[in-house]
Amino acid sequence: MRGCPGAPRRRALRPRDTGGGCGEGARACDPPTPGQDPRHAGGTRRLVLEQLYNAIFIGSIYALFAVGFALVFSVLDILNLAHPTVFMLGAFAALFAIGTLGLPWYVAVPFAVVASGLFGIALDRIAFAPLRRRGAPPLSAMISSLAVTLIVVRLVELRYGGDFITFPSGTVPSFLIRIGDATLEGVRLAIILLAVGLMAGLTFLVRQTQLGRDIRALAENPRAARILGVDVERAIAATFFISSALGGLAGVLLGFAYNSVDSKMGLPLELRAFTVMVVGGMGSLPGAVVGAYVLGLGEVASLVYLPAELRDAFAFGLLFLVLIVRPTGLFGQRATDRA
Amino acid sequence: MIEATLDFLSAYSTLIALVGVNALLALSVWVTLYAGQLTLGNAAFMAVGAYVAALLERHLGTPFPLALACGAAVAALVAVPLGLTVFRLRGVYLAIATLAFGEVLRVILLATPITGGGQGLNGIPPTTELWHIYLSLAVVAYVLWRVQGATVGRAWAAVREDEIAAASQGIAVRRYKLAAFVAGALVAGWAGGLSAHITFSIEPNDFAFGKAVQILVFAVVGGIPNPLGPIFGAALFTALPELLRPLRDYRDIFQGLVLLAVIIYLPRGLVTVSQLRRTRRLQQIGAADVA
Repeated sequence: MRGCPGAPRRRALRPRDTGGGCGEGARACDPPTPGQDPRHAGGTRRLVLEQLYNAIFIGSIYALFAVGFALVFSVLDILNLAHPTVFMLGAFAALFAIGTLGLPWYVAVPFAVVASGLFGIALDRIAFAPLRRRGAPPLSAMISSLAVTLIVVRLVELRYGGDFITFPSGTVPSFLIRIGDATLEGVRLAIILLAVGLMAGLTFLVRQTQLGRDIRALAENPRAARILGVDVERAIAATFFISSALGGLAGVLLGFAYNSVDSKMGLPLELRAFTVMVVGGMGSLPGAVVGAYVLGLGEVASLVYLPAELRDAFAFGLLFLVLIVRPTGLFGQRATDRA
Repeated sequence: MIEATLDFLSAYSTLIALVGVNALLALSVWVTLYAGQLTLGNAAFMAVGAYVAALLERHLGTPFPLALACGAAVAALVAVPLGLTVFRLRGVYLAIATLAFGEVLRVILLATPITGGGQGLNGIPPTTELWHIYLSLAVVAYVLWRVQGATVGRAWAAVREDEIAAASQGIAVRRYKLAAFVAGALVAGWAGGLSAHITFSIEPNDFAFGKAVQILVFAVVGGIPNPLGPIFGAALFTALPELLRPLRDYRDIFQGLVLLAVIIYLPRGLVTVSQLRRTRRLQQIGAADVA
């Protein structure tokens, strides 16, 4: 069980993640220290630009992760504590496809996304459907998803061990882009563009398609939706597929960006996803996207200005503050007693 | 026979101590759950109790029982303003807000020199005896058992079932919620002090999200209907990892399966095994289950 004595410590995202677009070990690029740069003003601008770029990259990962989390919450009122596990599974599915099956990355990514989505449906059938049928309170769903997490994390560790694993060399795309003075990692740019595209796609899906209408009807009132002929179980399965596919994709992309995968990689995102959702307004999808970028920017800024021990302070301080000052978040419409 | 018992006690004394402390923690979250409030701040109150007790002893030479009492009292004092602030939130919001408080506290502990930062405090004397833990547990369990029938307990039950109805009956909802929260913090703070004097060292990450969720699992799996549930739950889920040692690699998997089975088939917790049929009946007629 997590947090038991002797269990591995929870880690925050590693500091190098925001250190100027330079993945450790994989590639060598000059550290963006202004002091070493002869053109000091240009160096500072470059630093700012690179940090901004990192913030947007981190925000994109948060957004992909949190949107799936918020989708399940908004539709079913479930805090799915297995979402970080889906994130981790996505990365491992890609590792399996590349390392074991020998597939190229552009096949491995869709493979991992579909595998994560299917896992999401299985998760619902095993952990949530039995509880839903008898109208159990949301607390029960939190605990059953936690149980699934325990099981799945252990299964992955039995196969791959608990340490960091890198993708086989040369299998993960890697290239650099220069914009002005700043050197940017191409993979991160691709991730940002992909994330933005997917958000737009999800918005279209939820707003404009029949499936989206079904899902929204379900979120509004499951009983009424059923009476009006919505195939509720199908809409729920679709919700879990979409949510988990996005979560798994976030895992794959983060694994690619850092070239590192491990069984606990989802944990730092769990509490951050709470922050993102609360800042944006619980269950609001646009809110989750905005919240994710706010958190990404804030975290990178606090890394620059605050000592390293306070790295996590921003996320949780912000979370607490928003709950106290404006519990409905930026885009929340419903009152605080929605629970 | 007696020798065998003593052997068992000495071989497993740490485990037995942990069972007791975890049972106290589970009871601390039971109080708020009994009043219908889902709070996840008890790991943080445990941290307050542990740190205050350890620091008082180290720097002021405060005797052990007094240090424990101060730890528990400070935890309860912290709970008052926190409770006043967060109790306009409900359900999941309340859970997340209390969780966020825990994380903020953890970050503060990490950044403060006097608490030893990330290294935590080491060399805390192992003063806690088994009887300290089990006497505390007996007292807390007895008080909580009695409370169920008292005015406070009935008010809590009323608030849990329907806040608006409770308020219309003249129950001071906010005050009773706060009382449950503070009582939980008091017990968690005391348990934190006790546990710090078992484990020799404490560090901020001992009291993180995982711990908060673990405490909740003890209480919910054990069952909310009465205080025996959390004690059962804590005993089972603390002892289970040890009992499953032969299974080693599959321990977590088995634990997860047990957790899943309990939450799906015994929604009101282990203490309701005997009422399984009645629970089914209630579900059939559509009565919502507690917690």
